[in-house]
Amino acid sequence: MATEVEHGAEMADHAVENTGLVFHPMDQFIVKPLFGDGHVGMFTITNVTLWMAIAIAAIAALMVWGTSRRAIVPSRTQSVAELAYGFIHKMVEDVTGKDGLKYFPYIMTLFMFIVMSNFLGLIPMSFTTTSHFAVTVVLALAVFLGVTILGFVKNGASFLSLFWVSSAPLALRPILALIEVISYFVRPVSHSIRLAGNVMAGHAVLKVFAGFAAVAAVSPLTIVAITAIYGLEVLVAFIQAYVFTILTCVYLKDALHPHH
Amino acid sequence: MEGQLAHIGAGLAGLGTGLAALGVGNVAANFLSGALRNPSAAASQTATLFIGIAFAEALGIFSFLVALLLMFAV
Repeated sequence: MATEVEHGAEMADHAVENTGLVFHPMDQFIVKPLFGDGHVGMFTITNVTLWMAIAIAAIAALMVWGTSRRAIVPSRTQSVAELAYGFIHKMVEDVTGKDGLKYFPYIMTLFMFIVMSNFLGLIPMSFTTTSHFAVTVVLALAVFLGVTILGFVKNGASFLSLFWVSSAPLALRPILALIEVISYFVRPVSHSIRLAGNVMAGHAVLKVFAGFAAVAAVSPLTIVAITAIYGLEVLVAFIQAYVFTILTCVYLKDALHPHH
Repeated sequence: MEGQLAHIGAGLAGLGTGLAALGVGNVAANFLSGALRNPSAAASQTATLFIGIAFAEALGIFSFLVALLLMFAV
């Protein structure tokens, strides 16, 4: 973590020296401690901690306070909370099946955390926690380990039939098994990098255009472009949370029903 | 010299992002042509559409990651 800050400072110097931009587009992802002298240790409160806490508080406010009055004609907050709940509930039921509903609370938590982090990150001057691989890799590894353990607990050794494609010709099966095993272990990698990569790329693009806005000749065009890209980013923020969640459901389905 | 080569490599890795765009476009185009032939079946397949798009896009994100690594980590 400490090296990350040094590296960030290096990046800032680098920006001043080499590029024409006023700030470096990757500066927004630097992890900074909120208090103290800039040293980041294991338990330092950083801007990542702050924005994660804000995300949790926002989710709690939306879900608990929003549904506390339970009006027959729902308020706007209550509608959003109910829509989110119904949306994820239906997704889990459709993709994983009825027996997957036992794991609905975990998937709902994942979705709400990711979507709230993504949306909070879109507020100017805020920090996007999901743009850091450290965050998304933990989320994806939790899913990967949980699903693998669940698969073995539920199915025993027959969980390994996930890798033995019984519908393929016998000669092809060993090769397919090898490919299936590799693709199984690549899952947490692609699962985490997809989310962080998308969010980080989008925010970096916004900052690159913001850098061009300082050039008077192109600034009107740039401001239009920023507005358009921002709209796209709102869409991406939701879709990436959706994709992360639905892939979790798909992996869960594989663990519960490994037979092809 | 090595640093400049890394920048060239980052640019080449950026090509992968564009190629992933072709893949994503291909998924969406085929979904749309199928959906227009049978609109009643389209709504039930949007989840599959997003999974397909996500898989095609992941490889583009990987090449973006390679570009980032070449720029900042090598």
